[in-house]
Amino acid sequence: MTKREMVCVSCPIGCAITVELDDSGEVISVSGNSCKRGDAYARQECTHPERMLTSTVRVEGGNLPVVPVKSATPVPKEMLFDCMKEINKVSLKAPVHFGDVVIENILGTGVNIIATNEIY
Amino acid sequence: MLNYDLVVIGGGPAGMAAALRAHEKGVKKIIILERADSLGGILEQCIHTGFGLHYFGEELSGPEYAGRFITQVYDTDIDVKVDTMVLDISDDNVVTACNNFDGLLTIKATAVVLAMGCRERPRGALSIAGSRCSGIMTAGTAQKYVNIDGYMPGKTVVILGSGDIGLIMARRMTLEGAKVKAVCELMPYSGGLTRNIVQCLEDFGIPLRLSCTVVKTHGKDRLEGVTVANVDEHLKPIPGTEEYIPCDTLMLSVGLIPENELSKNAGVELDRITNGPSVDEYRQTVKPGVFACGNVLQVHDLVDYVTEESQIAGEGAARYIEGERADGEKVYTEGTNGVRYIVPQRINKNTDKDVKLYFRVGQVFRNVKLTVKCGDEVILSRPKKKMTPGEMENVLIKTDVIKRLPADSKITVSVEEA
Repeated sequence: MTKREMVCVSCPIGCAITVELDDSGEVISVSGNSCKRGDAYARQECTHPERMLTSTVRVEGGNLPVVPVKSATPVPKEMLFDCMKEINKVSLKAPVHFGDVVIENILGTGVNIIATNEIY
Repeated sequence: MLNYDLVVIGGGPAGMAAALRAHEKGVKKIIILERADSLGGILEQCIHTGFGLHYFGEELSGPEYAGRFITQVYDTDIDVKVDTMVLDISDDNVVTACNNFDGLLTIKATAVVLAMGCRERPRGALSIAGSRCSGIMTAGTAQKYVNIDGYMPGKTVVILGSGDIGLIMARRMTLEGAKVKAVCELMPYSGGLTRNIVQCLEDFGIPLRLSCTVVKTHGKDRLEGVTVANVDEHLKPIPGTEEYIPCDTLMLSVGLIPENELSKNAGVELDRITNGPSVDEYRQTVKPGVFACGNVLQVHDLVDYVTEESQIAGEGAARYIEGERADGEKVYTEGTNGVRYIVPQRINKNTDKDVKLYFRVGQVFRNVKLTVKCGDEVILSRPKKKMTPGEMENVLIKTDVIKRLPADSKITVSVEEA
């Protein structure tokens, strides 16, 4: 059995979480979290770590040259840079609205990249 | 002269939440005065997520969080003037402001909410040797360049200070293809949230060098590199530890200063630790009818807590406008033994609600006890696994406790051995 200490990044509180893993890497227990997000984060982190991705995308003809975007849900951590390459290829035309889908199902992850501000 | 029940100075998350709560509580004539060209404040450039988990139960980006309040404000009859700079608040709460449309404005206010936020400590406050070349900027300025103006301010970066904006920018620059060579922190601990150390530095293998500072910048027209050095326990650079790091950009994330020039001129007393106004439980300053909330009052980690605090101030302003006066007996708060400050600084004994005391500790503590006392009486005591200066803490004091404490007594919050 091994123990893994981690800091939950689900929200800014940053709970210190201890995960107990068996020899095959299966999670036995999670402690130190103060909500169920922490439990889910710790299990995910030990198997397939994921992160929210935020960036900006070019916009033509708007009040600002870029619009902020985010992944609607977290993407696999090891794909962050590949996702950035896709995001940097995109150029939009104004107007852009909150929640507009900028890239659908980015790199087959099933996650949409959506706009998080208004450009007019 | 215009007449308003409530003038809110600043249209960021604090100002909007205060105005909206006052409106909900029945205040009729409210105006928000904002210096920038739109509402939203600094959230507009904070495109990362993590906002709103407490308040909305959702993980929003800064513009999304701000957007929800902006929509609410424009759905009410709250007046908004953007591109408007407030110059003065007089003794009898006449607010003087100016803009390109109205020229000079004077507004007689029954109550005023100060919600001007804070600004970053600039290079000039640090006395680093070197010439005034380009490539040296605060992390927030870099954040605006990248996230609003849409261009990269550099390719190889050193960040001085491990405040949250610096950590967030380390990740942002890395994702956009820049090389962040190091984050140097003068103190032996980080000033940022632990989650940001993990997801902004560790995830990308960016070294965090504690007890380390920049002693010299190199380059004449453009920054070419910096010399960093380790510091001793007195925070003085240790000779012989200097190291040259080539870079074209130095970002500073070395603290935030509440923007209180207006407050000072208006005769509002400031707390010497928070550099924000000293307030009661409704965030009323010593100047009757003048309230303060958000980062102008104390620098927060989470906008969710700014919203919470600003709603309290908005309600306080509404009650003041209704005729309620906070001139009764009070108890005072004080942070001791590791607790640097407490907001609010005083509480009206006749208060009708439980009061949350917000505070920060002065160093990292592990496995300690947080104790709230009045004289010898222990009001509450709770074990804490870890407390750090980068994370604001709070404790709730019940109304019945406040009511039975003697007038002018002192509630102390301290860190004790477990």
